[in-house]
Amino acid sequence: MSDVKKVLFGPILSNNPIALQILGICSALAVTSSLSVSLVMSIALTLVTAFSNLFIAVIRSHIPNSIRIIVQMIIIASLVIVVDQVLKAFAFEISKQLSVFVGLIITNCIVMGRAEAYAMKNGPAMSFLDGIGNGLGYSAMLIIVGFFRELLGAGKLFGVPVLETVQNGGWYQPNGLMLLPPSAFFVIGLVIWALRAYKKEQVEEPEFTIAKNSRSQEAL
Amino acid sequence: MEHLISLFIKAVFVENMALAFFLGMCTFLALSKKVETAIGLGIAVVIVLAVTVPVNNLLYQNLLAEGALDWAGLPNVDLSFLGLLSYIGVIAAIVQILEMTLDKYMPALYNALGVFLPLITVNCAIMGASLFMVERDYNFSESLVYGVGAGIGWALAIAALAGIREKLKYSDVPAGLRGLGITFITVGLMSLGFMSFSGVQL
Repeated sequence: MSDVKKVLFGPILSNNPIALQILGICSALAVTSSLSVSLVMSIALTLVTAFSNLFIAVIRSHIPNSIRIIVQMIIIASLVIVVDQVLKAFAFEISKQLSVFVGLIITNCIVMGRAEAYAMKNGPAMSFLDGIGNGLGYSAMLIIVGFFRELLGAGKLFGVPVLETVQNGGWYQPNGLMLLPPSAFFVIGLVIWALRAYKKEQVEEPEFTIAKNSRSQEAL
Repeated sequence: MEHLISLFIKAVFVENMALAFFLGMCTFLALSKKVETAIGLGIAVVIVLAVTVPVNNLLYQNLLAEGALDWAGLPNVDLSFLGLLSYIGVIAAIVQILEMTLDKYMPALYNALGVFLPLITVNCAIMGASLFMVERDYNFSESLVYGVGAGIGWALAIAALAGIREKLKYSDVPAGLRGLGITFITVGLMSLGFMSFSGVQL
């Protein structure tokens, strides 16, 4: 039971795919300017990761080692095509906003990385949970970033005004920087800082330390 | 000709793959610790983009687009939903062929690129360029120029970031921000810098 819990919830805080494994960053930056788009993207990626892990784990002992990457790619690409077509059919507006980023789930390193690192070595049920867990870790990061960017940039959440902006006669002066793409970097950087302040073991070793001041005059 | 030159400049600076669209970020952040490796990876990306985008363009125009199968007597077939699967297949195959060709005829370059070539298959910048090519309806020569330009833009960005990170390791960064955190913020600032190109009309 504790195994299941570890696989499912470990990736959210202690082994976050974005903050620690450096996987799947591209889409995390580009789609987070509004909360509803980030939510759709999170659901899509979680489903793709979970099912690709499941299918790859099912056939893992039949895949010849030399062509495993191609086999994984084909499974992932087929799943992404399904997601893409479903989004185009039922949520056309959001699929327009996501533009190429749904297709880019194929090359999202989280999907590939988990297939290679976990699903090739473990049974289908655990692999499915691992996919869901890593999807949740990714979603948590995306939703945090989306929340701050939409709230501070437009004063809205899910398109509903929360902080009344000055243009509409309210008091909140929206911070336009938050709607620009670079702000995603700052928000993720700060989230990583917060996470590492809480989980000290994730702090990276410095490559180079500054020598202490050896004489008192140097400090002046 | 003028149109192609402006497309090139646009692909390198205004629509920089890494700093304006954030594609290929995983490798961008993970492999930018040394200038040398960054330049090797940059060259590999330029080569792969310059080959895959035009090839995917031919594939799209002649097989997948709506009505493209007219020559085979199937004017009503629209295979564009197969796009994602075919592009990634083409990219994986070309990277493999390139690896074998370089190994046989240019061992020096092959050794320099090393492990980066296979990694490039899963680089979002490669796939992203093909998808943008389809979305914007480029023709063959445009897609060739776009592929080369996008590759050079990406290579420029990763070389610049590696230069900054080499100096940055001597600075006294707060513990929690060390490594990945400060890199994110650095890239954010670089991307703000590149946004100054966004007003350029070509």
